Amino acid sequence: MQYVARPANRYQQFLNRIPVLGDVLRRPLGALGFVIVLAFIVMVIFAPLLTPYSYEEQDIPSMLQGPSQAHWLGTDHLGRDLWARIVFGARIALGVAVPAVGIALVGGVSLGLLAGYLGGLVDDVALVIFDSLQAFPAVILALAILALLGSSLRNVIIVIGLAWTPGYARITRAQVLSARQEPYVEVERSLGANQTRILFRHILPNVVAPLLILAAMDLPVVITFEAGLSFLGLGVRPPTPSWGVILSDGFNFIRHSPWPITWAGLTLIIVTLGFTLFGETLRDVLDPRLSGSRGA
Amino acid sequence: MRTYLLKRFVMTVLVLLLVTIYLTLLIHVVPGDAAKTLLGPRANADLIAKTRAAMNLDKPVIAQVGLALWDVLHGSLGTDVFSGRPLNEIVGAALPHTLILAWTSLGLAVLLGVPLGVYSATHPDSWLDRITAVISISFITIPSYVGGLFLLLLFAVQLKVMPAIGLGVRGDVPDYLRHLILPAVALAITWVGYLARLVRASLLEVLNQTYIRAHMAAGLSQRLIFYKYALKNALIPTVAVLGIGVGNLMAGAVFVELIFSRPGMGTLIYNGIQSRNFPVVRAGVLVVAFLFVTANLLADLLYTYLDPRIQLDKTRG
Repeated sequence: MQYVARPANRYQQFLNRIPVLGDVLRRPLGALGFVIVLAFIVMVIFAPLLTPYSYEEQDIPSMLQGPSQAHWLGTDHLGRDLWARIVFGARIALGVAVPAVGIALVGGVSLGLLAGYLGGLVDDVALVIFDSLQAFPAVILALAILALLGSSLRNVIIVIGLAWTPGYARITRAQVLSARQEPYVEVERSLGANQTRILFRHILPNVVAPLLILAAMDLPVVITFEAGLSFLGLGVRPPTPSWGVILSDGFNFIRHSPWPITWAGLTLIIVTLGFTLFGETLRDVLDPRLSGSRGA
Repeated sequence: MRTYLLKRFVMTVLVLLLVTIYLTLLIHVVPGDAAKTLLGPRANADLIAKTRAAMNLDKPVIAQVGLALWDVLHGSLGTDVFSGRPLNEIVGAALPHTLILAWTSLGLAVLLGVPLGVYSATHPDSWLDRITAVISISFITIPSYVGGLFLLLLFAVQLKVMPAIGLGVRGDVPDYLRHLILPAVALAITWVGYLARLVRASLLEVLNQTYIRAHMAAGLSQRLIFYKYALKNALIPTVAVLGIGVGNLMAGAVFVELIFSRPGMGTLIYNGIQSRNFPVVRAGVLVVAFLFVTANLLADLLYTYLDPRIQLDKTRG
């Protein structure tokens, strides 16, 4: 990089010492993303310390108020403190997104490895199933399943995990297919290594790295997805303060107070923007070849 | 080429049949009796039995799947057990509004996103390019329901310059269009950002290719190179993405229709879920899947038509 040749100031020297993150922080958009993600994580960990109110403490006389010294962001229709609800909502957002993406990653990688490595009829059948599961938008799939399962935090995590699995499976499969042709796999095969060993010791480590980047970039998508389901009343149930629930409450009282929608909406936008900027920069730094390869 | 088309078509039909099978099986995978859930706790046994029969739930699972496939292959979506109306009629009434909404949004997204992307690509690393990058990334990250709520809050509730809900007076086209603006913009926002980024990336890639450099070396004007040679090729990937776009707009339409109280597929599916009317949900989901798959197929065909290199590759493969 051209930065190496420049006389480095202390900040630059500091960045040079951190392997990957340093490169991310050197790019303005990456640094902005990192700051937002960091603030989000602080919110998740230190939620009770950031607000004197609990997220379900009602104060009916002061309902639907604007920002004030007592309530920084105002109150909702039950007089609950909006800042407290947004701060605790961060826990729900991450608490759904991480396990859901985890389920999709584990399920998708296993299915993709099997389909890609076994090939033949198994691969053909698997591909048709993946295709058909991706034949309609994830929201519609989730709605259809939640309509029958009923809504709860656990069901939302399962449904999102299921909806995202085919995507990961397809990508894993494609990676396995190209890895199978690589000389290092052929060498292993000619040395007499068995299939399981080749699959888990050699192919898996090579396909996992791009998938992890993808998973990181899916976190904000899943966060907005959960908020959307909760907004529709099919995700997290009130009074749990999902950002989608705050939006839905705010929508019901949109003619009385603009604040719940404004704050919850801005939070969602800022958090997804932060994750996206950070994720895209991280991807560019780790694997420039992947740049711009992400589909819709 | 013909084998490719045939293969692609067979796959599309296969996918749709599989979706029908899933939707039929889904009702059995989840716990509880669908007819009971539909009718609520106070329904008597006689009514439940009748509803089960109407929903074909009294037949073996294989027979249910068979009947569902038979219906779909004959272009029938079944009957709404509540009202007794054919679902084709119910879906037929809702679908046009969603299609109009989706196509208007897509049009808006192309009109705004493509010029934004072209500007960024022609002025790479300028301050305006960076600002455009931030704007387009933020646009991508605005979920349609947040966009919709913000627009509703600002233009309909606070400023009161736009109608808030519904389709407008029946038969009054200007009024219909006025009611279409906010929902269409809300749906388009994400795609403006996405198209801008996509067009920028593919235009930059094309501009690096040898034939463009040859034109530059030959002394052709920048404007001519951009608009006549580069942009045409750079827009090809956009066509493929627009196919996916139609499907994603359908998903966003669920939220936008609900926020702006518009009738359409989203509202239909949502109301079906709220009243536990699974046949309606199933019909709605199936039609959305059909549109999604068909849009992808059309985009693929258009893509191969526009870029002959892909055509050759696929016939070989």
